[in-house]
Amino acid sequence: MLALCAIVAVASPQFLSVVNLQNVGRLVGTYGIFSIGVGFVIITGGIDLSVGSICALLGVLLSMMLVDWNWPPAVALAAVVALGGAFGAVHGLLITRLGLQPFIVTLCGLLLYRGAARYIADDSTKGFGTGTGFEWARALASGSVAGVPMPFVMMCIVAAIAWVLLHRSVYGRHLFAVGHNPEAARYSGVGTRTVVAWAYVLSGALAAVSAVVLAFYTNSISPASHGNFYELYAIAAAVVGGCSLRGGEGTVLGIVLGAALLQVLRNLVNLLDIPGSLDFAVMGAVILIGAVADQLFGRRMRRAGA
Amino acid sequence: MSAISKRFPGVVALDRVDLEVAAGEIVGLVGENGAGKSTLMKILAGVHRADGGVVAIDGEPAVFREPADAARLGIAVIHQELELVDTLDAAGNVFLGREPHRGGPLRLLDRRRMEADTGRQLARIGAQIPPRTILRRLSTAQQQLVAIARALSMNARLLVLDEPTARLGASDAARLHAVLRDLQATGAAIVYISHRLREIEALADRAAVLRDGRNAGVLPRGEITRDRLVQLMVGRAIASNPEPRPRASAGVGPEATRPGAAPRLQVDRVRTGRYPAIEVSLTAHAGEVLGIAGLIGAGRSELAEAICGVGSRQAGRILLDGEALAIHSARDAIRAGICLVPEDRRRRGVIGAMSVRENLTLPALGTYARFGVVKRAAEARAADEIARALTVKASSIDAAVATLSGGNQQKVVLGKWLALGPRAIIFDEPTQGVDVGAKAEIHRLVRRLADDGAAVVMISSDMDEIVAESDRVAVMHHGRITGILARAACTPESIMRLAVA
Repeated sequence: MLALCAIVAVASPQFLSVVNLQNVGRLVGTYGIFSIGVGFVIITGGIDLSVGSICALLGVLLSMMLVDWNWPPAVALAAVVALGGAFGAVHGLLITRLGLQPFIVTLCGLLLYRGAARYIADDSTKGFGTGTGFEWARALASGSVAGVPMPFVMMCIVAAIAWVLLHRSVYGRHLFAVGHNPEAARYSGVGTRTVVAWAYVLSGALAAVSAVVLAFYTNSISPASHGNFYELYAIAAAVVGGCSLRGGEGTVLGIVLGAALLQVLRNLVNLLDIPGSLDFAVMGAVILIGAVADQLFGRRMRRAGA
Repeated sequence: MSAISKRFPGVVALDRVDLEVAAGEIVGLVGENGAGKSTLMKILAGVHRADGGVVAIDGEPAVFREPADAARLGIAVIHQELELVDTLDAAGNVFLGREPHRGGPLRLLDRRRMEADTGRQLARIGAQIPPRTILRRLSTAQQQLVAIARALSMNARLLVLDEPTARLGASDAARLHAVLRDLQATGAAIVYISHRLREIEALADRAAVLRDGRNAGVLPRGEITRDRLVQLMVGRAIASNPEPRPRASAGVGPEATRPGAAPRLQVDRVRTGRYPAIEVSLTAHAGEVLGIAGLIGAGRSELAEAICGVGSRQAGRILLDGEALAIHSARDAIRAGICLVPEDRRRRGVIGAMSVRENLTLPALGTYARFGVVKRAAEARAADEIARALTVKASSIDAAVATLSGGNQQKVVLGKWLALGPRAIIFDEPTQGVDVGAKAEIHRLVRRLADDGAAVVMISSDMDEIVAESDRVAVMHHGRITGILARAACTPESIMRLAVA
């Protein structure tokens, strides 16, 4: 990761400019937050494809709550995060209680929330315009502290909490146990279904936090494309960061670095005047090369190089 | 087959075993669990290669490198768990892996030929199954016939059936036997493996008995009786009846004798998913080791899982010290103080990729945590203590459990429960795949748990273990408890008699 930054910095001195770093930091923060949530789900051996659509739907709702319905911003923010958590809870319950496959449940979520967002917004772009009364909320989501963009700060806070949760708490241990061997975990008295369901709740809630940040930052939410492919960024970040899609493996630090790597790559495409249309292709190629190298040279490389 | 030997790491599975089958003959093959029947048949089927000995077909020595070699020579093995594809139809299964095709670049399936041939083979064994029926829609008995039809269509001359009636009712079993007799009449050689000695009596022309990987004897038709078979199966144990285990102390015996005290663990008319029609009742007292003997498939593990909340319990109650418990999950059972050391260690006992420490503290992790955050020093200390008490041999308590030997993995499973101070603990095949040294240590731990006041239930297929380590033995057969033997009455013979039909 550091090596990549160094390469980029050498190739394009612009990378180190304050504006560019702030920009990258904001993106890393936004993507990092929901990637952590998806990472939790991936550690259970599941997958969450719905985060992009949740971002879109909640972004639309947030703008309507603040601008159209004049809700107090505190209430609106709480409602958005609660809704995200609720969506996750529904996924989690469908998966653990009815035994549906995570891919299918969250794929339906992806379609449902996207459709709902477009319908509610009449397929028109939403924003906050010059609305007033929620300046502090806007500052919280898109301002900066001592030059560090808020999303990055928030990601650091989220990551710190997630790190304690995943690597130091009873819940985190249970999460790994379920991901590695759900049978043995169940035989050991771990409430496997509850543990898995909560991972989806976390993923939904963190997607909601990202939705708030993203909505204020872009200030224009076109429901058909807002948050498109975010679920894939999140999965890619988690996998690049050392999560196994088979479950049971992953670290918060890895996921964050994975998310950062992807954004730096995009930035590189931008700065090096590689045609923007190629940015997905570059990302795909880098991830693929990484996965192949990992397979060939073993785990150790990944841990050292993450 | 003559002088067949096979060694696996740590065990000699077969030691110069002979087996002969003539055309037109049905040979019954019997032996306790682990006597070597399956290994012998796997060598015959080309799954394993023998370390020594010769397999000869029609007098010609044959070398099997892979299952296809055996199939080419006309050997077909039909396993207890039928190796068929549920979602294909009968014809698809009969021709699986050698589908006829109509040539050309697309190699389209020749469905017409598949169905015609399948119909012909099924008719030959009197099975009225349309070749297009999806396998899933057939009963177990019918699926078995499809497996036989598959063998016949491969021109099998030697048919091996491994426990073919284990999941069949009496009338289906009788029909299967009629089919086998017809095949016998056409000159097929048949090896019939079964724990149901009645069937061997009725069906076999000769019965070969294996014991501890050796030939224990062959009985000709006239001499096949259940008593003789049982004698040959357990012969070894009679010769060396294990020393009676000295009681820990005179006073700390099972509390069964104390009047008025409710038994520690009481299983009251429990029905399991596997035998939903049969009610099982059992009691185990504090301080006692109750052995549960029986053959594989007798429903012992299912009973254990029903008690511990991990398997399905259709009806009945579980009582601890006279108090009925609401057990719906392993968590409920563990909270009440009932723990299970499961049979499938790697899949259910341990989480191989996680460390010894993490495995040991998994069920009780909450007790080493404040506000949900684990106190690492407290956790490490507790894990270290348990690992030391059980003499778990690992490079460190942070080593992945998967790197440990079977015996040490088993100690980790046991260690998980020690910290909780279980009131009742069930061991399912505690020393399977465990080396001799660790086995003795595990036996000591089992006894210590009982001496510390837990009710211990030990399921085992190891006859010596059952006889030597139990205070009482319950014997199960086909889901039913067929008898409970007091310590004095426990001999391998008395147990085996109750365990076979």
